Amino acid sequence: MEKRIVTFRNVSFRYRESLPWVLNNVSFSINADEWVAIIGHNGSGKSTIAKLMNGLLTPQEGEILVNGTPVTPETIWEIRKNIGMVFQNPDNQFVGTTVQDDVAFGLENRGFPRKEMVKRIKQTLLQVGMEAYTLHEPHRLSGGQKQRVAIAGVLAIAPQVIILDEATAMLDPRGRLEIMETMHHVKEQHNVSFIMITHDLKEVVRADRVIVMSEGKVVEIAPPRDIFAKKEKLQQSGLDIPFVAKLVDELTKLGTKLSKEPLNHDELLEELWTLYLKR
Amino acid sequence: MDIIFEKVSYVYQKNTPFEHQAIQNLSFHIPSGAFVAIVGHTGSGKSTVIQHLNGLLRPTKGEVRIGEYILSSDQKIKELKQLREKVGVVFQYPEHQLFEETVVKDIAFGPQNFGVSQNEIEARTKSAFEAVGLSEELRERSPFDLSGGQMRRVAIAGILAIQPEVLVLDEPTAGLDPKGHREIMSMFKRLHRENELTTILVTHSMEDALEYADHVIILDHGTKYMEGKPEEVLIQKDKLQAVQLDVPEIIQFLFRVENIFGVKIPYQGQSIVDLASELNRLIRGDGSSE
Amino acid sequence: MNNAFIVGQYVPGESMIHRLDPRSKMVIIFLFVIVVFLANSVWSYGLLTIFTVLTTLSTRIPLSYIAKGLTPVWLLIVFTFILQLVVTKEGAVLFQIISYPIYSGGVAQGAAISLRFFLLILVTSLLTLTTTPLEITDAIESLLHPLKRIKFPVHELALMMSISLRFIPTLMQETEKISKAQASRGVDFKSGPIKNRIQAIIPLLVPLFVSAFKRAEELAMAMEARGYQGGDGRTKLRELRIEGIDYLAISVFFLIVIGLFLTRV
Repeated sequence: MEKRIVTFRNVSFRYRESLPWVLNNVSFSINADEWVAIIGHNGSGKSTIAKLMNGLLTPQEGEILVNGTPVTPETIWEIRKNIGMVFQNPDNQFVGTTVQDDVAFGLENRGFPRKEMVKRIKQTLLQVGMEAYTLHEPHRLSGGQKQRVAIAGVLAIAPQVIILDEATAMLDPRGRLEIMETMHHVKEQHNVSFIMITHDLKEVVRADRVIVMSEGKVVEIAPPRDIFAKKEKLQQSGLDIPFVAKLVDELTKLGTKLSKEPLNHDELLEELWTLYLKR
Repeated sequence: MDIIFEKVSYVYQKNTPFEHQAIQNLSFHIPSGAFVAIVGHTGSGKSTVIQHLNGLLRPTKGEVRIGEYILSSDQKIKELKQLREKVGVVFQYPEHQLFEETVVKDIAFGPQNFGVSQNEIEARTKSAFEAVGLSEELRERSPFDLSGGQMRRVAIAGILAIQPEVLVLDEPTAGLDPKGHREIMSMFKRLHRENELTTILVTHSMEDALEYADHVIILDHGTKYMEGKPEEVLIQKDKLQAVQLDVPEIIQFLFRVENIFGVKIPYQGQSIVDLASELNRLIRGDGSSE
Repeated sequence: MNNAFIVGQYVPGESMIHRLDPRSKMVIIFLFVIVVFLANSVWSYGLLTIFTVLTTLSTRIPLSYIAKGLTPVWLLIVFTFILQLVVTKEGAVLFQIISYPIYSGGVAQGAAISLRFFLLILVTSLLTLTTTPLEITDAIESLLHPLKRIKFPVHELALMMSISLRFIPTLMQETEKISKAQASRGVDFKSGPIKNRIQAIIPLLVPLFVSAFKRAEELAMAMEARGYQGGDGRTKLRELRIEGIDYLAISVFFLIVIGLFLTRV
């Protein structure tokens, strides 16, 4: 069996007793080295999951395990060494006055010697392609660049899990692309689990599995291909259906039979080409 | 109100070591009643253009004409307030401008500043509520107790209540989920039609430019890079990619079809349903189609 | 951005003054502020002026930019000069302005005080022009370090300062955005009766506070997620180092101080 790195067991959470549940009996697990996307409409509870995972919030019911250890006030500091988080607003998580200071922040907190810090800062900035900006101040960087620095800051402490909590939501298309490319690059070089929280279905294509959230509940857990095939469920969950999936839907209505649900242009065109040759 | 930019340049922090040219020799003409998309990357000069539209900035060189109002470097217009009543701007993340105790007061704030009568304000807030799809029971709530999507609607209602003739939208759906995006954009489309507005949508999204605008202006590094009808401009793949802009997904797909099948399906604003039947004919080798 | 805000803002550069350890700069300036008051002769003022002018030139920041930054100060200097002319009644009467006698002592006194004032402002603004605010923070933390023994929260103070520095540009941009958004809703910040203008601040301040609180909350959460638990057990990336050029600068300054004592009367 694969190693489970994060487990949610019947977790429920609300901010106050008078308020409705934000998460309602949520269970799932994430394996080591896996890339999982959590999608859902605004207010579906997907960001709450991230904050529960490293103890920024505490659930009223259920249990959360990271590496087999329950998340409790006593264990959170240990757990936070293994879980890195990148948040939505690029400005509000940039602590340092320059790029290198920001990457250093997590290392300084954990008492790394200066020599090791310098080495890791250099390495991680290289990995996210920000090595040319070491001394830049945050207000002179684009949103995408700030988020890449945030990723570098997380990578520097070598966590087992990296959570991107809607880290692309406030970026322009170029910034989004930068982040996606950075993630692929990092995934190739490190054994690390990615948890990407988003409402953009285009960003889940590369994930191993997708968790669909709606109204505080898990609606579906499946690989992207299966998720794309369940168009009605996506629509009911307030999500968009990607262009390819919509087109496939219309083609199916016209009697075209595809061998599998295509995820992107390439796969769809390949299917169509096969049919074309067989005509 | 026609909007004319005549060789407009704008320089930030002129004569300091931080001097920065934001737009350069920019000219275009937006006829009254048009729905125009201004597209470009961050830093292409879009936000500088917006601020010229209601006199928040005056050109360093050149001239901006909005209806009868003229903005240029040497003359300050006195009727700035009138101009701002005619040109409503929904800035990016407009919910950051909310400040009143109640939703209804915040929506009434703009019209009050422009001296609209109390009776008229009542009527306007009511119709603004309807336009943005906010339920009436939120009237007396604090805007800070609402969800992000609701706050966005309140802020937009606050601009609509001014009843501008020109509506400028700066990334009005940034940060919203797909459903929110669709709802807000179709609302603007409807308002554009019903109230005969001139709508200027500033966006990164090629998809929105294609779907909603009848004219696009593409900016790059403070200059006009391309201009024309969306279906003519947004199909120029090489030229757009040269400045790292994408073509809309449906057009990308048509290019791929052409590459693989050697058959060109032209883009003519077809829906996905139309496209599916065109493809269907293609793979069945039904030559009689086109 | 508003031009008034850039006055005294750091101008990047590679000059010797830029490269000095911020602590050397701060100590020199601190001492300079004291010794300026020791000058009492033409020669001693001359010496300090030459020192200041040469230092200013060696920063290689355009003089026009520095001069522009000092514009509001000129008014004060002129005012001080006139005040001295009027109140000092020593020495010979030089001439009369509308039957008001001007004494030679007044001119000398006025000139001395204005010059002193000018030198002080110029030298202190050189600090902020050539030193990043972060370096200043580091220098303060390092210079205040001995106070840790009496339980003075040096680390927290330095962290507060560096976070404020980090967010000043962000909040300034925010202020500008909100004021533009409200101006677009018909708020007039610039004209009209005072009462209205004061009222116009509310639509600016409320959103600014709301956003600052939200930022602070999110920042605190991000810091916690990144393992921040206070100053204990923390290491530091930034290190200040006194090097050859610092010894040189300090030596030059001491020569000036010795010269000052020699030229005093």
